[in-house]
Amino acid sequence: MLRRTLLKTTALAAVASFAMLGTAFAENPVLKIGFVGVTSGPAAAWGTSNQRSMETRAAWINETGGYDIAGTKYDVQIISFDDQKDPKRAIAGMEQMAQEGIHYVVGPNVDDGAAAVRPVAEQNAIMYFPYAFPKELYTAPASNAVLGMVANYQSGPAIYKYLMDNNGVKKVAFVAANESDPLSQRDSGSAAAKALGLEVVSDSVTYQVDTTDFTPVLLPVIQAAPDLLVLSGVSPANAPQLIRSARELGFAGLISTETAQDAAVLQEGAGELANGFISVGGASTPELASDMMKEFVDRYTKMFGEYNDESNTKVYALEYILATIAANPAALDNVDEFKATMDTFEAPNPYMVGDAKLKYVGMTSFGQKRQVSVPLVVNTFKDGKFETLFVAQVD
Amino acid sequence: MEQILANGLYLGAQYALIALGLTLIFSLMNVLNFAHGQMYVFGGFVTYTIVAQWGMPFIVGLIASAVMLAVMGALIEVFLFRPVIRKSKRDESTMLLAAGIAFFLDAVILLLFGEKQRGVPKIVNGVFNWDMRLIMPYDRILIGVLAIAIIAGFIALMQYSKTGRAMRALAQDRVAAQLMGVDVDRYSMIGFALGAMLAGLVGGLLVTITGVNLGMGGPTSVKAFMMIMIGGAGVISGAIAGGFILGMMESIGLTVLAVYGDITYLAIFASLMVFLAFRPQGLMGKPWG
Repeated sequence: MLRRTLLKTTALAAVASFAMLGTAFAENPVLKIGFVGVTSGPAAAWGTSNQRSMETRAAWINETGGYDIAGTKYDVQIISFDDQKDPKRAIAGMEQMAQEGIHYVVGPNVDDGAAAVRPVAEQNAIMYFPYAFPKELYTAPASNAVLGMVANYQSGPAIYKYLMDNNGVKKVAFVAANESDPLSQRDSGSAAAKALGLEVVSDSVTYQVDTTDFTPVLLPVIQAAPDLLVLSGVSPANAPQLIRSARELGFAGLISTETAQDAAVLQEGAGELANGFISVGGASTPELASDMMKEFVDRYTKMFGEYNDESNTKVYALEYILATIAANPAALDNVDEFKATMDTFEAPNPYMVGDAKLKYVGMTSFGQKRQVSVPLVVNTFKDGKFETLFVAQVD
Repeated sequence: MEQILANGLYLGAQYALIALGLTLIFSLMNVLNFAHGQMYVFGGFVTYTIVAQWGMPFIVGLIASAVMLAVMGALIEVFLFRPVIRKSKRDESTMLLAAGIAFFLDAVILLLFGEKQRGVPKIVNGVFNWDMRLIMPYDRILIGVLAIAIIAGFIALMQYSKTGRAMRALAQDRVAAQLMGVDVDRYSMIGFALGAMLAGLVGGLLVTITGVNLGMGGPTSVKAFMMIMIGGAGVISGAIAGGFILGMMESIGLTVLAVYGDITYLAIFASLMVFLAFRPQGLMGKPWG
């Protein structure tokens, strides 16, 4: 009798614990968001800051109970794919996202990768948020790509104009890596400089991304005596070496780029020679950052050991995706609904103080709202840190 | 012209040092070490960690890179290449193993050191400027001189030491060397360790100039292969010649061809194809291997 009771009790306890286990595992439904971008090689910092921003934000959302969409809390899961800056791999990555049933993908990070994935994204109803600048991705009839940052043809003229007005810049030279992104950025930068009335004294010098000595590369550029040297589309890996070589060759003018850079990398690679270097910063400054942005930075740093300034911009894409879906829950698995919502979407920007809004822009550049609205923060490097030179807004 | 020559010599010295390790391993074991570039990157990161992170003197970082890569090279030879060479007569087995090690090291470097570009502070400040005709930062001059000194030391080791003679015998004829009493396993291990050590040393040297990042391994290996193709695979003097020739071609091309865009490497590759069509064994290589 006692034995039978014991057996029954044990069986009941087992059933109860399995039931409780079931309850424990019956957590929030999962919303998968993809990332396809470069997380290895010289440009790895660009994609890694994307992936880590997304993972940090997702972990934060999940830890605090999930993201509320139409009364249902969703856990956010980030599915990542390293395209190694190779368009073929970017296509494979986007195909993997399609197989996983993912409708929203952040990336790719570069022009050719973003252009390559377009057919896959359009055929599989995927909205993607590239960090690449070709206008044809964002202008009709294309409609699935949303630019995740400020483009160089938006930031470049703003920087040149500022330097013309404030630093008396008259002559400019461009140097670019021999790759599609930097070359297209050089061409559009050179055209913008000419349109502003600047004299372009050199824009034909290029370099291989694996160059180990930039002295011979920069020598003819420095001999052209520009007031401003623009490092078009320069990767974080090459920027310190180029700055260092230019300064060592005696160049005393201004140096700028329209890509985001990392302060720690500049400090280690060029030290005080990088002082005065102008770059497009992450979309935040100490004056702009809200408490939520500060907490994000804190969580990111705890999770990965070191923060990346670029993540001030990269944090936005996931937030835009989630907030837009929350605004129209039908967009969960229907990107047409997402597109329809983009035109009127507006929500408080949790990463900025004041009454800043999350909204889609791009009417001026693309004729349709296919760009996330983030502040254009232009920084200057000084003694290991970025200081804000000026802040502007882009439509 | 002075600037072009100085740039060429500086580039040549670092290239020759990179190629030396690769050609040494090839000559001793007939192994194309595709992981050579990754070993160079690993050496750079070790020096970075010790100098920039731990705040120790540069020379300590350089020695640590050399020692760590030598140990890594020895372990790779003993536990990976030796069993594969023993069990397989096919050259592609070692090639696949080397490619696998390259991917493995890439992953390890990403895990240990992260994805960012890293660099250490300049070890010497100041720039040598001869009337704007020749501009060369002092740290580059120092690194160039150190690279040449290491090359000279390596040649002396190969020429005058017992170990060097044994390795040269092994490179000339493995069976004959074995019959003469050379411990093939021991000297293969020492040779591989020495080759890896050279990669680590040059990585440690150049981290002060170019910095280091995860993506540098592959392109470095490609350049090293180009150098030994020019000079002749498996020939020490050929690797040195190949390094200096490539450095000089790059320096001249970047200055003379700059106005035509980035066609320097296009011209170098085209020249290399024509050259190899006439002399496939390279400048100093033997047609029979």
